[in-house]
Amino acid sequence: MDAQTRVSLYETMVLSRTYEEAILREYHADKGPGFDIGKGLVPGEMHLSAGQEPVAAGLCAHLTRDDAITATHRPHHLAIAHGVDLRRMTAEIFGRETGLGRGRGGHMHLFDPSTHFSCSGIIAEGYPPALGQAFAFRRRGTDRVAAAVTGEGAANQGAFHESLNLAALWSLPVVFVVEDNDWGISVPRTASTAVGSNALRAAAYGIPGERVEDNDVEGVYAAVGRAVARARAGEGPSLIEVHTLRLWGHFEGDAQGYRQDLADAPTHDPIPRYERRLRDAGLLDDAAVERVKASASERVEDAIRFAKESPLPDPAAATAYVFTDAPSAGGTR
Amino acid sequence: MTVTDTPTVPAPRAKRRLTTSKAMVEAIAQEMERNPEVVYLGEDVGSYGGIFSSTTGLLDRFGPDRIIDTPISETAFIGLGIGAAVEGMRPIVELMFADFLGVCLDQIYNHMAKIHYESGGVVKVPMVLTTAVGGGYSDGAQHSQCLWGTFAHLPGMKVVVPSTPADAKGLMTAAIRDDNPVVYMFHKGVMGLPWMAKNPRATDDVPDGDYEVPIGKARVAREGNDVTVVTLSLSVHHSLDVAETLSAEGIDVEVLDLRSLVPLDREAILTSVAKTGRLVVVDEDYQSFGVSGEVVATVTDHDPGLLRVPVQRVAVPDVPIPYARPLEYAVLPRHDRIEAAIRRAVAA
Repeated sequence: MDAQTRVSLYETMVLSRTYEEAILREYHADKGPGFDIGKGLVPGEMHLSAGQEPVAAGLCAHLTRDDAITATHRPHHLAIAHGVDLRRMTAEIFGRETGLGRGRGGHMHLFDPSTHFSCSGIIAEGYPPALGQAFAFRRRGTDRVAAAVTGEGAANQGAFHESLNLAALWSLPVVFVVEDNDWGISVPRTASTAVGSNALRAAAYGIPGERVEDNDVEGVYAAVGRAVARARAGEGPSLIEVHTLRLWGHFEGDAQGYRQDLADAPTHDPIPRYERRLRDAGLLDDAAVERVKASASERVEDAIRFAKESPLPDPAAATAYVFTDAPSAGGTR
Repeated sequence: MTVTDTPTVPAPRAKRRLTTSKAMVEAIAQEMERNPEVVYLGEDVGSYGGIFSSTTGLLDRFGPDRIIDTPISETAFIGLGIGAAVEGMRPIVELMFADFLGVCLDQIYNHMAKIHYESGGVVKVPMVLTTAVGGGYSDGAQHSQCLWGTFAHLPGMKVVVPSTPADAKGLMTAAIRDDNPVVYMFHKGVMGLPWMAKNPRATDDVPDGDYEVPIGKARVAREGNDVTVVTLSLSVHHSLDVAETLSAEGIDVEVLDLRSLVPLDREAILTSVAKTGRLVVVDEDYQSFGVSGEVVATVTDHDPGLLRVPVQRVAVPDVPIPYARPLEYAVLPRHDRIEAAIRRAVAA
């Protein structure tokens, strides 16, 4: 693995973490007194992906903007790594007219056709549309692929299994990725899944299954590289599970009283760990780290500023965009 | 139009008598010829030709790359249709029975129907979801429902329900060309299937060539002055039969075929009720919280004074569709119940 790629994985992870920290700050800035989830500049549920950056960085390093991703309710790291416009994504999270969905979607429903990025708030249900994107890509004679990402909790849903079966049956160019952060909201993986690794489930569909341990970004990079090459060559789908880490709560405001592993979590943070590795390899020094962080911070704060300065949507247009044609008004459809 | 405009006279079209299923298949075939991005997928749509003859002959013409048998995995293959549509294809995906909606509802109402809105109009989902509806042949509670009220209640999908062969073709053409997700619900009883009781109206004149029946425009299936029957699908035919019977007694029934529930042609409902002052709604779906209530509200929201007498509703009385024939016939809107309702309306 070349030095440039390694540094670039680091940069992607830092950008994502910087973004999440900024969203965290903005989210909690005006929820008080007390905690009112519907209040503030960023209302509603907020699922942050801090700790899971290695999955996004390792996966997206193999994808171009022509490849598709369907992500989960915890989508920011994947969107950022895939190159979704930071300003418009942030504006969407802030519910602004300049957002990706003009404020109609919110943070769990980000759609960016220019990078074929989408996500869904429903567990496992992002898998089936990825099949269709892969189907269209192959039908057009391209070597483009679709990556479908879920959490480990979703591997117990019907959509997961139906999708693996159909993709395998039709040799669709899909890379299935499971982010195993050990927790389905408050339920540990050991209480929801009978097998120790969801990658084993690939055997049921006759496709390769691989588990990457230890939240290792270079391990993800290597495994995804094999899966993407296979998909591009027309050899069909693969399943990769990454043992990752949900550093914060399921959603912001989650006190995580159920969690036994919290005391250790910060020491497992994949970003400082990878930074040390690259320093040891002589690929990063203080000045380089500072540059990466400053550049990330500048981009993120620019996006936040853009969002805050953007107008809120016109309430009179709340019923627009249900259909492509006739702008609808309430009750007359 | 100004006086200098030249009126467009449609070229006369040859007409043949076709069954509804053949007319529907003809539209699909013509659109597949026109547009290579149109594919049809679902269970038993290949060599079987669709359990209710929705794809008869298409496999031979277009091959297995475009007429695609799927595993019994509705969530996966309907979702596949969504992903393909998002990428610009025009998939037609068949859910064999509307009753199976429950096994794949998330893909339909949370994804197919909402992506365009959630994306602020940036992502289009130009797919057609076809599905067979309706009872009357003792197929029991899990294979006889209409459920169109459920689809129509959930925003983001157009819902079309043809009753005649000509409309089946024109609405299918319009559905495939539409940039929105369209749910196309065909009643088994109007398809003209060789293995079901024949409805004589299931075979009718169908124009040659390609044409669209615009989605959202109701059709006056029979003009009349005394009472308006607002209905759709197989019930249109039952209502027309009853109207003919009653005309011998001097009762002049107008029958309005809605053709689509989303969009709903509220103007046509109001126009007809304004003329007759009497409204009977015939709906093969469940009565409560459904189409019949929406039709009535359309009138009362606009002007309750249009109604000279109380509305009559003929729908399934909120029970699962029973199996035994006398029980099933008792709950479906068949001729006897429709006739009784019209008589009550005109006697009031």
